[in-house]
Amino acid sequence: MIEVMVNGKARQFDGDDATPLLWYLRDELQLTGTKFGCGMGQCGACTVHLNGDAIRSCVTPVSAAAGKKITTIEGLSPNATHPLQVAWEQHNVAQCGYCQPGQIMQAAALLQKTAKPTDAQIDNAMDGNLCRCGTYTRIRAAIKSAAGVK
Amino acid sequence: MKIPYGISFPAPENETPDVTSTAVAAAAMLAAPKTVSEIGRLTREAYDKLRQDNVSVEVLSVDRRGFLGTMFSAGALVFAAGLSADNAEAAGAAWQPSVYLGLEPNGQIVITAHRSEMGTGSRTSLPMVLADELDVDWKTVRVEQAIGDKKYGSQNTDGSCSVRDFVQAMHQAGATGRLMLERAAAKNWSVPAEEVTLRMGKVTHAKSGRTANIGDLVAIAATLPAPAVSELRFKKPEEYRYIGKNVATLDQHDIVSGKAVFGMDATRPGMLYASIERPPVYDSKVKTFDDAEALKVKGVEKTIALPPFKQPHLFQQVGGVAVVANSTWAAMQGRKKLKVEWDVNPNHASFSSDPYKKELFASVHQAGKVVRNRGDFDKAFATAAKKHEADYYVPMLAHAAMEPPVAVAEWQNGKVETWCPTQNPQAVQDAVSAALGIQPADVTCHVTLLGGGFGRKSKPDYVVEAALLSKAAGKPVKVVWSREDDIHFDYFHSVAAMHMKGGLDESGKIQSWLFRSAFPPIASTFAAGAEHGADFETGMALNELLFDVPNLRSENCPAKNHVRQGWLRAVCHLFHAFGAHSFMDELAHLNNTSYVDYFLKTIGPDRHVDLTKDGAKAWNNGQSTETFPLDTGRLRRVLEQCAEKSGYAKFRNSKGHGIGIAAHRSFLSYVATAVEVVVDTQGNLTIPNVWTVADVGQIVMPDRVRSQFEGAAVFGVSLAMSGEITAENGRIVQSNFHNYPIARMKQAPRKIDVTIVDSNAPHAGVGEPGAPVIAPALTAAIFNATGKRIRELPVKRTKLV
Repeated sequence: MIEVMVNGKARQFDGDDATPLLWYLRDELQLTGTKFGCGMGQCGACTVHLNGDAIRSCVTPVSAAAGKKITTIEGLSPNATHPLQVAWEQHNVAQCGYCQPGQIMQAAALLQKTAKPTDAQIDNAMDGNLCRCGTYTRIRAAIKSAAGVK
Repeated sequence: MKIPYGISFPAPENETPDVTSTAVAAAAMLAAPKTVSEIGRLTREAYDKLRQDNVSVEVLSVDRRGFLGTMFSAGALVFAAGLSADNAEAAGAAWQPSVYLGLEPNGQIVITAHRSEMGTGSRTSLPMVLADELDVDWKTVRVEQAIGDKKYGSQNTDGSCSVRDFVQAMHQAGATGRLMLERAAAKNWSVPAEEVTLRMGKVTHAKSGRTANIGDLVAIAATLPAPAVSELRFKKPEEYRYIGKNVATLDQHDIVSGKAVFGMDATRPGMLYASIERPPVYDSKVKTFDDAEALKVKGVEKTIALPPFKQPHLFQQVGGVAVVANSTWAAMQGRKKLKVEWDVNPNHASFSSDPYKKELFASVHQAGKVVRNRGDFDKAFATAAKKHEADYYVPMLAHAAMEPPVAVAEWQNGKVETWCPTQNPQAVQDAVSAALGIQPADVTCHVTLLGGGFGRKSKPDYVVEAALLSKAAGKPVKVVWSREDDIHFDYFHSVAAMHMKGGLDESGKIQSWLFRSAFPPIASTFAAGAEHGADFETGMALNELLFDVPNLRSENCPAKNHVRQGWLRAVCHLFHAFGAHSFMDELAHLNNTSYVDYFLKTIGPDRHVDLTKDGAKAWNNGQSTETFPLDTGRLRRVLEQCAEKSGYAKFRNSKGHGIGIAAHRSFLSYVATAVEVVVDTQGNLTIPNVWTVADVGQIVMPDRVRSQFEGAAVFGVSLAMSGEITAENGRIVQSNFHNYPIARMKQAPRKIDVTIVDSNAPHAGVGEPGAPVIAPALTAAIFNATGKRIRELPVKRTKLV
């Protein structure tokens, strides 16, 4: 039995320890905002926060989250009011939208540590998150607008 | 061979509508636009044949689902608008509206989005047109996603045609609703209808100061006959509230809050999860399998063998062995424990990309099937003052949408319900019903949001798998494709080889041009073993160069398929534009001039090019050349404007810093793009700027047009820089994003400047035409920065320093 805190709620997981956090969140907790994209930490669609750090839940076993705090896109803010979520809407960033929860979670972890990131810091932080629709210029613009940098 | 790509015909503007009223549903109905998706028709024909040949069809009474009961409350007045009932697909079902407007008794306005949303924004823009024409507050509208049903007309969301084919139907639906509500109020108030106006959801009789809400008028409007289209008053552009302006796309809030439901997120009570081990070589099957270890994995319930497809493969299942479990992870783990022995098809097990490339080049070095012939190339080339030849190569590509294929299906009592991210829900009905030996009408297809499509999700093989497994398991089943499955079992964009010859006169003008192309055709997905492109494939740039070259011959040379071929965003334009514009750039260089100057010299006077004079079929996306002429003036202007925006003429190419440009017509639109590259001393390439100028005719929502061209630039950079799928012994080598990389933030263009040309021309394509120009512009920029001429993609295969 593994205990984790997901979006502020205590949860118990009673399955194969090696199960990636992604599938626990999606199949068991029905937190489907966290997406499956590659299963090997290549695309970032599954990004969540583990004790505040952005991690790839598709390659993180539930056991590695034992006793820790997990935040998913559903728990980032009440009713999508996080400055990044607001900026994402203002910039109409999403095309298909599938990768965007992961992008936002990645960006949120960046701003948590670096409130006013430079372009290079944004690029470095976001380079692990793929978007096949090609919304990168708007992602960068939305992050800057949420951070209040030019 | 019918054209198996999403086109619609004819251009419907001037059709006389059939107008009828039906008392039963208290609805005024117009039929669907006469837009028949070719792929829909071809699919249905192919599946009808398959059914006759292979499957004993149970005769079931067809229970056509009315949408009154599913989407609207019972008292809703429903308008269905379109342009003609005389629809080839409509046999026995005369009413096939392409677009619906429903008004609930409480005044709630419900607009049906019948096209799939994969990121283009058409789920927002088309209903918005209807709301504008109806003249209601967009914020009060509820948009509902249609299930698959041919009564909507074509739902095949590809070919960049959603707005083009349905914008007029939306206007008509809105104008019909507005007029009927005005007439209902006039009747109620006993005043002339001309004195009543509907504005922003409020009906007003100005003279008497009376007003009514829509909800007050629904019951009366429902008793009125539908107006003829000649009675409708369409808004003038200056009256538009929303068209031409930007609104937030419908799903933006749900997307950023994680609530949006994609196919991957669909779920059913009691649902099982499946992961499928498929035959690694095309057209092969399971010989034997041992599932003992797989069944020991906790959570695994059973294994189910799936039969292989029969030729032509169409959208059938690939076959293999499915592991069915109580979670996605358990299914994936169980699958790893399967031991499967394959009966591998020797004709395809020998397919390897390197020798195949040689075969393709051998093919283009011989005469092929002539698809266009103007003047006498051979004679003119023989006497040319200067000659140039070049071969070009573009490898296979995979779609790699961020959401891999996935589907939920539930079989119950001889019928199937599916929930899936599909570009073509009617193809789901066809493919699933054929696989299960039931009628298409007994397949209900709920369309979720698509986590990207790019053409892959027009082919519902994954939904067929889910349906077969649900029937076998007796429970709802969700089939989840891994990324590896997605890359290995794609309907691949064709590998292509091209051979170009150009003959110039003393002044440097091109007098003769030979354009040969060989690619395993998409036609092979619909006709087993086809080796030549269907009309829509050769009609994508191979036979429609707009240059004023007096001796011009285009040939399509044969190529065999060893995988399932399918259409990927911009399709054959991707390689044909790369070949044609790279060759233009080479010829320009040969003449010590720029692509822009040489292009302008070669394109000739502004005119409409008539391909039939050259013995070519003008495929023209299935549209008439009267409505959508091949207009060299529009192409010239986007190039000139792009050259100006990008500072092309004044740009000083230097070591490690270059600019390239290309202009191309595709999907009835005219696009020019300039790409600036920086190549550092280690050979690393970055793209500081892209400038795109697009003339796509009239538009609905500028921001979504812009976003499509932004996205196409990134898509084009991905394929040009790193896109390559290869095969060894019939097996696909690449498997995930580490070896099939797509552009990341650092590799993508840093700035993308999009200019949309003001135009009164008919709405043309937006989703695809931004992509073809990128590779030739990018490689021209690389040439200008490094002196390296890249004739084979992807760029990563060439060391830049």
